[in-house]
Amino acid sequence: MSKAVSAIAEVEKFEPIEDIGGAAQPLLHVNGLTKHFPVRGTGLFGGAKTVRAVDDVSFSIAKGETLGIVGESGCGKSTTARLLMHLMPTTAGEIIFDARQVGRELSLRELRRGMQMVFQDSYASLNPRLTIEESIAFGPKVHGMSDASARALARELLGKVGLRPENFAHRYPHEVSGGQRQRVNIARALALSPRLVILDESVSALDKSVEAQVLNLLADLKREFGLTYLFISHDLNVVRYISDRVLVMYLGEVVELGPVDDVWDQPAHPYTRALLAAMPSSDPDRRTEVPPITGDPPNPIDPPAGCRFHPRCPFAEALCSQAKPKLSPIGDSGHQAACFMAIPGSGHSRAP
Amino acid sequence: MSNLVDIRDLNVRFTGERTVYAINDLNLSLGQGEVLGLLGESGSGKSVTLRALMRLLPKKRTAITGSIRVAGQDVLALDDEALSTFRGQTVSMIFQEPALALDPVYTIGDQIAESVMRHEGKSKREAMARALEMLEVVRIPSAKRRLDAYPHEMSGGMRQRAMIALALACKPKILLADEPTTALDATVQIQILLLLRELQREFGMSVIFVTHDIGVAIEICDRVAVMYAGQTIEQGSLRDIVREPQHPYAQGLLASTVHGAKRGARLETIPGAPPSLDAKPVACSFAPRCAHAQPRCSAGLPPEVALGPDRMARCILAEPAAAVG
Repeated sequence: MSKAVSAIAEVEKFEPIEDIGGAAQPLLHVNGLTKHFPVRGTGLFGGAKTVRAVDDVSFSIAKGETLGIVGESGCGKSTTARLLMHLMPTTAGEIIFDARQVGRELSLRELRRGMQMVFQDSYASLNPRLTIEESIAFGPKVHGMSDASARALARELLGKVGLRPENFAHRYPHEVSGGQRQRVNIARALALSPRLVILDESVSALDKSVEAQVLNLLADLKREFGLTYLFISHDLNVVRYISDRVLVMYLGEVVELGPVDDVWDQPAHPYTRALLAAMPSSDPDRRTEVPPITGDPPNPIDPPAGCRFHPRCPFAEALCSQAKPKLSPIGDSGHQAACFMAIPGSGHSRAP
Repeated sequence: MSNLVDIRDLNVRFTGERTVYAINDLNLSLGQGEVLGLLGESGSGKSVTLRALMRLLPKKRTAITGSIRVAGQDVLALDDEALSTFRGQTVSMIFQEPALALDPVYTIGDQIAESVMRHEGKSKREAMARALEMLEVVRIPSAKRRLDAYPHEMSGGMRQRAMIALALACKPKILLADEPTTALDATVQIQILLLLRELQREFGMSVIFVTHDIGVAIEICDRVAVMYAGQTIEQGSLRDIVREPQHPYAQGLLASTVHGAKRGARLETIPGAPPSLDAKPVACSFAPRCAHAQPRCSAGLPPEVALGPDRMARCILAEPAAAVG
């Protein structure tokens, strides 16, 4: 990181929004978050159908923690991120940011100060007609900072993300590489001094060597600014590396949640096991021989009743198609899974 | 033993508003029944190599020199008629995005049948029977019904299977695969990789598999060529490359994968960014980013150092190792 930048005299910055609940209060608490999209059925009399993109999802993120969300396309991980940012209205559920319910005690304007997001497509998420400096300064100006101060802040942040402001501030998004653009997006997300940053597949489009650079940068920024991350990715290696806890989603629901090592070493849900087993091998002498699961992830339109994974599950029993397993604790480390095989006395023949 | 594919001193230059030296003095060979992985990051020339091999690059804006020989034929000398026989029958290709590679207005069955009729002169009925057989080979469930399906009616994994069926319909000797699993979900990716591995064995095909993902290469390749700035900087068996990479770029690429990295520990990275390729390299392209660079590295092109049968590294650091070995 450039030393020259820190020498610049006092740059005006936003104070992070106030810490209300203290360390014990989760920074974000989500309760029963639900999003249904109505879609037209096929044919003239097909009738309306519903995409249950996110269905009754609850979790919390502690202050200073990194929570990873994994799952395949259509599982609702990106919709969850968009609902948290209020980029689309929720169907049901409440979002509590540091003890204040969003929409009641906490206005959207304040929420945007506290929570920012970095998207996957680094190019599509920047205005092509603004220079990099203008893009980063835009948010602070909307929140009442003077033009000169906002530009000074933008330059300081460029330095923080490893881009020399004298080289980059006046360039346009198409004039820099993908990795550099993603750094710009990170700088922009930090411009309002947020406490929570949502990273939605933010490193997925980058080349491996660039991805490693950006992951190192994210670790540095987290330490420097005391950030909390919600890290969404389909890349299990990256999630394992960066997260403290991980949440596994399948067809709009949480199927497993827990400290990342517990989930990796002792996955309790058959879907989590399949997902982990599907990772390509790292040893040429131990290639994968049998696919852990067959078929494609199903469409979230009118998902199966009971446990949504039961049609693909090798251990499914009659019970699984009739009742929905609740997210239940395994041990006392905070590890939870929504599977009858993990619930004592559930009636499944493999239940403990 | 002669190689099925022999690429010698290949240079590909794109002209137009700006000039890009995409491939520079590339040497590559592919044996019978072999799966060769081209591993590298975006812009390293992996896909351009495949497209040059199939002559898919736009004629007007591309200058190609060197030689490409496939199964005894000089590919760069083929006329249009010979070229269209060559494509599909000798060499066939599958792409990253099947939704874009398949024709949206024809059914899957029609598309496969068309290729069979064109190349083997079969009747429509015989061709449709072959199409059905191919869909079964790639394990598309209820294949008979899928013959009449349009690409948009299928899921991503099914579309990729259909594209593989189309590519293999005329039993090509060589299959070129350009990141065919990159756009797929993890649980689908592994199914497609295992399917390709099985079909390769069954049909005895040779495959060139382009990927940026080392894990994917490990699952499918016998031999790997690592590419950087339009050149192969290291070649060897999959095991050798994964366990003992010699070129500093190959070492960096393998080290920067997140797999197995300890949480909280810093990831090893390669500083800087790849070169822009607006001039033909006259020295080692990796030298500006290399931790072991010496004055010699910027003085001239590094030699192709043979490290054993079928093992090569394009780096002066490999020379002592070659002398000992």
